[in-house]
Amino acid sequence: MESLPNQAVFSSSTFRAEREADWYRLEELLQRAEGGSVKRLSDDDLLELPVLYRSSLSALSVARATSLDMALIAYLEGLCTRAYFFVYGVRTSFGQRAMSFFAEDWPVAVRGLWRETLIAIALMLAGTLAAYLLVSNDPNWFHAIIPSELAGDRGPDATTEALRATLYDNGEENPLGVFATYLFTHNSQVSIFAFALGFAFGVPTALLMVYNGAILGAMIALFTGNGLGFELGGWLLIHGSTELFAIALAGAAGLHIGAKIMFPGMQTRLAAARGAGRMAATAMVGVIIMLMFAGLLEGFGRQLITDDWTRYAIAALMITVWCTYFYIPRLGHGER
Amino acid sequence: MASASPGYSALYAERTLITPEGVDLRLKLATAGQRAGAFMLDFMLLVFILVVFTIAVIWAGIGTLGSGSVDGMEIVGVIWLLGFFLLRNFYFIAFEIGRRSATLGKRVMGLRVVARDGGRLTADAVIARNMMREIEVFLPLAFLSGGEGVDGVIALIGLVWAGLFLFFPLFNKDRLRAGDIIAGTWVVHAPRRKLAIDLASAQSENAAAFIFTDEQLDAYGEYELQTLENVLRSGNIETEQNVAATIRGKIGWNWNAEENDRAFLSAYYAALSTRLERRMLFGNRRLDKFDTGKEQS
Repeated sequence: MESLPNQAVFSSSTFRAEREADWYRLEELLQRAEGGSVKRLSDDDLLELPVLYRSSLSALSVARATSLDMALIAYLEGLCTRAYFFVYGVRTSFGQRAMSFFAEDWPVAVRGLWRETLIAIALMLAGTLAAYLLVSNDPNWFHAIIPSELAGDRGPDATTEALRATLYDNGEENPLGVFATYLFTHNSQVSIFAFALGFAFGVPTALLMVYNGAILGAMIALFTGNGLGFELGGWLLIHGSTELFAIALAGAAGLHIGAKIMFPGMQTRLAAARGAGRMAATAMVGVIIMLMFAGLLEGFGRQLITDDWTRYAIAALMITVWCTYFYIPRLGHGER
Repeated sequence: MASASPGYSALYAERTLITPEGVDLRLKLATAGQRAGAFMLDFMLLVFILVVFTIAVIWAGIGTLGSGSVDGMEIVGVIWLLGFFLLRNFYFIAFEIGRRSATLGKRVMGLRVVARDGGRLTADAVIARNMMREIEVFLPLAFLSGGEGVDGVIALIGLVWAGLFLFFPLFNKDRLRAGDIIAGTWVVHAPRRKLAIDLASAQSENAAAFIFTDEQLDAYGEYELQTLENVLRSGNIETEQNVAATIRGKIGWNWNAEENDRAFLSAYYAALSTRLERRMLFGNRRLDKFDTGKEQS
């Protein structure tokens, strides 16, 4: 074979020497594209990239069939994998993504969770009712249900006047911004937790919903016992209409995952879990946005607005806005 | 492909991903160790950022204290709370939504997150898989620190329960953690490699000193060739000596004392790979030294 002229012999070395430059070029383009925005690439580069990707891919096929150089094949596999995810990844801008989230994905996800949302609300109501009955009959239950740091000055021993003060205290001594931010981050963390617990077949999520309702029920029992039921309603609902709805949705997201893992239906269990998880995650982003509003309403609105009817009006307005946004049917993609 | 690839794929479980062009990319799943390593790196980085951030915020807080305004303190407090929340929940999400689909720790370990169906990795999948960390990481941590208001035994039971989520990847062959399951993703090992030098052509000027007969080249197959490739690429002199001695003994090479081990190995590698690749082109592969080609015909 030494007698043959070199060009006539196919060898993996000549094969590689002919194509190396293309590979380096592709690598360099990918390096730039992955490093920052696509804008760093010129139009020519963008047109060149898929061509280089396909030629590298075919080089990979050839190399696998003709070369025994493992380092070369590993290099080409790595290069092609990177290029594949760049070429076939969809490059939408953040703005476009946000647009489609608000216009479509978020309400669709929430609508998809309607059954679990009803269940979550029912669980919360059950907790509320149970705690209400318990605390009404025996006020000592109050401390068993509500952790002391949440109870603060409130308790079965507090006077009506002291309880009234907690409802209209405009909190001049503690900064409202910090308070609102704390409420937002804390509630978001709890709702993400409720979502994640859905993986354990949804059982802990359901318990969390009941417990959330129980806190509410104990509060209601305490305040109505002192004839402050109406006032408590305004105090709770001004932010609660948003916050409780958001928590119910987070619970629904968790329950949805749990239910789909347990009962995948016609799909495989993994496929069902994947579909449920992605939809629930979209809803969760919405939940965090809702809790941001709730935090602002609770931190600022409730402390600054002390009139009961205004509080109720805001509560009603918020729930109407959310329900309209989520549940009013609208034209889908094909019908527009 | 032949199982003869001692260096690379033996370590990893391969998964098929066929591109629209019809080529299998043969993704390599990341090992549990790499996943854990990447997470530890990210976690340490998070703690480090948090400490620096807190010190900066406290420093800024002291600065505003001098001016005597309450508003300054308030803004500082809000920034800290929000910063902590964003770091804890969105550090992983922000990096994985990016073009490289990998956090800094994953980049160091050469990993990336990939949709299991081979499609694009969507934002909802990234969010789903990372929100699950709440029960995979923070729940065990909470129980580990004694739990809130629960006594020892309950905390221990809780820890075992939470540990199930933490060690989930060890219980399935795809190394999926809970977040991967609900997001439909997995993590693959796809490091950025540099193109290594071509061993077969690099030493060709020395080749004249080494002429091997066909019998001498027939002593080994592809598996041994690739083992030799690893030996040459790692460049450990002691190993090279041993391997060179073994090969010389096996093929009956009469050598003189001045002969350089590496030059001999390179020449043998070049000759062997040329011969085996030629056979491969004609559909006549030799997987290892025990392969006599009888079963194949």
